[in-house]
Amino acid sequence: MPKVTIDGISIEVPEGTTILNAARMIGGEIVPPAMCYYSKLKTSGGYCRTCIVKVSKGSDKDPRPMPKPVASCRTVVMDGMEVENITSAEVLEARAGVVEFLLINHPLDCPVCDQAGECHLQDLAYEHGKEASRYEFKRREFEKTDIGDKVQLHMTRCILCYRCVKVADQLTDGRVHGVINRGDVAEISTYIQNAIDNDFSGNVIDVCPVGALTDKTFRFKSRVWYTKPVDAHRDCPHCTGKVRLWYKGDDVARVTARKDKYGEVEEWICNECRFDKKKTSDWVIEGPTHVDRHSVISANHYESIRALKASIERQKKSLPHGTKVGLGQGALDPNNPN
Amino acid sequence: MMLTNRSKQVVQKELTLAEQLYFPAILKGMLITLSHIFRKTPTVRYPEQKREIAPVYRGQHVLKRDEAGAERCTACGLCAVACPAEAITMEAGERKKGEEGLYREEKYAAVYEINMLRCIFCGLCEEACPKEAIFLTDRIVPSSFTRGEEIFGKDKLVEPADQRVDVSKRQTKAVLDFKQDKRHYHNQTHSDRLLSR
Repeated sequence: MPKVTIDGISIEVPEGTTILNAARMIGGEIVPPAMCYYSKLKTSGGYCRTCIVKVSKGSDKDPRPMPKPVASCRTVVMDGMEVENITSAEVLEARAGVVEFLLINHPLDCPVCDQAGECHLQDLAYEHGKEASRYEFKRREFEKTDIGDKVQLHMTRCILCYRCVKVADQLTDGRVHGVINRGDVAEISTYIQNAIDNDFSGNVIDVCPVGALTDKTFRFKSRVWYTKPVDAHRDCPHCTGKVRLWYKGDDVARVTARKDKYGEVEEWICNECRFDKKKTSDWVIEGPTHVDRHSVISANHYESIRALKASIERQKKSLPHGTKVGLGQGALDPNNPN
Repeated sequence: MMLTNRSKQVVQKELTLAEQLYFPAILKGMLITLSHIFRKTPTVRYPEQKREIAPVYRGQHVLKRDEAGAERCTACGLCAVACPAEAITMEAGERKKGEEGLYREEKYAAVYEINMLRCIFCGLCEEACPKEAIFLTDRIVPSSFTRGEEIFGKDKLVEPADQRVDVSKRQTKAVLDFKQDKRHYHNQTHSDRLLSR
């Protein structure tokens, strides 16, 4: 089992694990952000470059550092590898550059966008981006289009992460959804405006990290932070029926899949659950959902990363030169004070 | 224990004859009352006469329109989430084709209500607004006989296109620069957008 050290924390992981997944096994603040990688979708990752890290030591056999930051979602760990994420100023600087590039063509219409408040790009820009853009030219423009009668595509907001394409490829049979054109004019589209009528096509809304694919039945109904999420389930003939209901007052404003702490869907849900079952009587309610990472209230936790970096620096200074800072597994997990 | 040296021992001695008559005390009180009649009155006869207030006084809110007369508010909800008194509620609507002159962006506030009984006039809504749509003005909120009248809807809050409310004193240079920057989509009027095509 290869042993990898990420920001001074060592862990042994199975052969073939990527740096990103090794960091997720450690957990806490050292996990690199990811906009395109999705653990539930095969071959996802490698497009957005937000998860870049610095490999300061390649392996025990070949200790040379890698010449430039690497995408942690696509780089497999080697025995003795040493990785720097938040302890490296170079990585944070490079990541801020990546965020600036992602935002070049993004319209920043957050006050209008339904995703605002649970948008990964918003979180990323707050935590890792710069205050202002230096871009002065005209942004890409597209007309908004309907993909089927329940999903709306705002191509202007898209960051081309390909997650929805992977969903269409891997989850639905008879793919009618993909990327057309190349480079600057690349866009998500359906095959000559074909409607998507597959049972699981609605999952493209949940995997979209930005507000490019949104639920038309929820369009402009409420801002996310005024709705209250509860976990619920029903006996569904198509899927597991385990969902999250977003209440506005006494009404179910929308239904989504349950997401884990990395914003990834736990179990895919079908379109019937998502779009057609919007009454409390359709569901068995389990209880309120714990909200933390994507809450608009806890949006700005960049300060804590800085505080953490400072504390690691302090520990390094207090120890004799050359000693590795040996924080145990899970030491940076806020739920684990030891 | 004595916390200060200002405390006085209470003495309950018998009143003297003069004190028992109460006359001197009543006379003294009447004289104080009399002297107040000749003083300058501290009250003003509102609304005919208005007291001078600061130019950045925080009074009744206004929902601004842009230069072309379209409503600036997009119902983003940031004023409501910033409001410490939870006085603001809104419902969003989607702009239809042909309403571009009425509403600046594709989403607008179909219902926008401020409960003036709850509002503490702190001005946080104004600070939170990303569209420079809501401002507090130097107008005083009129009193009313029922609570219902104190919930101000769009009819009372949106400025009429022909009677603009002047908020220039509240707009700092940073705000004005932000508003004039046509790179921001929300600072372009409908005609700007048509011209850029």
